[in-house]
Amino acid sequence: MRIITDRKRAEGRGSAHTGTEHHWYMQVSAVGLALIVPTFIFIFGSALGGTHAEVIATFSRPIPAILTGLVLLFGLKHYAKGARMMLEDYARHSTLKLLIMLVTFLSYGLIAVGLFALAKIAL
Amino acid sequence: MVEFALPKNSKITTGKTWPKPEGATNVRKFQIYRWNPDDGKNPRVDTYFLDMDACGPMVLDALIKIKNEIDPTLTFRRSCREGICGSCAMNIDGINTLACIYGMDEIKGDVKIYPLPHMPVVKDLIPDLTHFYAQHASIMPWLETKTNRPAKEWRQSIEDRKKLDGLYECVMCASCSTSCPSYWWNGDRYLGPAALLHAYRWIIDSRDEATGERLDELEDPFKLYRCHTIMNCAKTCPKGLNPAKAIAEIKKMMVERTM
Repeated sequence: MRIITDRKRAEGRGSAHTGTEHHWYMQVSAVGLALIVPTFIFIFGSALGGTHAEVIATFSRPIPAILTGLVLLFGLKHYAKGARMMLEDYARHSTLKLLIMLVTFLSYGLIAVGLFALAKIAL
Repeated sequence: MVEFALPKNSKITTGKTWPKPEGATNVRKFQIYRWNPDDGKNPRVDTYFLDMDACGPMVLDALIKIKNEIDPTLTFRRSCREGICGSCAMNIDGINTLACIYGMDEIKGDVKIYPLPHMPVVKDLIPDLTHFYAQHASIMPWLETKTNRPAKEWRQSIEDRKKLDGLYECVMCASCSTSCPSYWWNGDRYLGPAALLHAYRWIIDSRDEATGERLDELEDPFKLYRCHTIMNCAKTCPKGLNPAKAIAEIKKMMVERTM
């Protein structure tokens, strides 16, 4: 048990002087994703149901390949940062650290796997 | 931190039902949260009946009538009775508001009254606002100046004064902060809509000379950036203010000073 004043409890450890960069990144990436995700869905949808050769041909073209790469990279980075914020809302202490590591590993792992697959198709 | 179930000693039970007024034709039912720290029992909801023909129109009128004529142990805060002091903030019909300016004609069916949500309860409808007030104090709610004091007063243009409208009217009733899920889960670190609205009131004040320091103090993932624009604060504010907009303006200033 700690006996501390109300003011000390409210002030906590002061200010971390961070958070603006994260906030701005989420705003900008949300706008960017709002623009590129519908186009990606359209391209992905048009390739869906095609033969293996047709799908490979679609994602071998520069614009669909670059767009897919961008969606993978920025979509999953956006997810990682957003999920971190959500975890900070609901979890604490060691659980929080562990979950953040898990989400970060998952997101960057998926980016790496996705880009590798895309490179194999497109190049 | 988030809790999905009430602790055992906070589970609400059914309380006493008080008799209906004799001979009354216009009767209304009131269900009111009761908790006494001295009896060691769980909170309960007591039921009261009032003759509406002999009662004022506001929820606070009903509470005062219950306290005066039925149950003197019912405990609640009140002072000005005109929405200026912010004392009688409570959860009425699921909305955080001021009992003195909330008309009973706005409520359909039974009148359900609880203390402000997710705050420690002192007794019955009285929440413990100690931490809330300390957070308000932490944002330095006063004019900070470095220039020598002028001979007369700190001057302000009419346009700059207008920027304080919609901010200075806050009566610190805590309705907004206690309606905010982010404040429920992280109220120990997140300042909440009320304190942030006040912080913006001083940041935007043209006479204040500590704008940079104030922004520095707020730049924190928890103090400021726990606001997820849920907007409950703006929806519930009994004074019609918009704390969410004030928070958005602070975030905008934070971004602008990095570019």
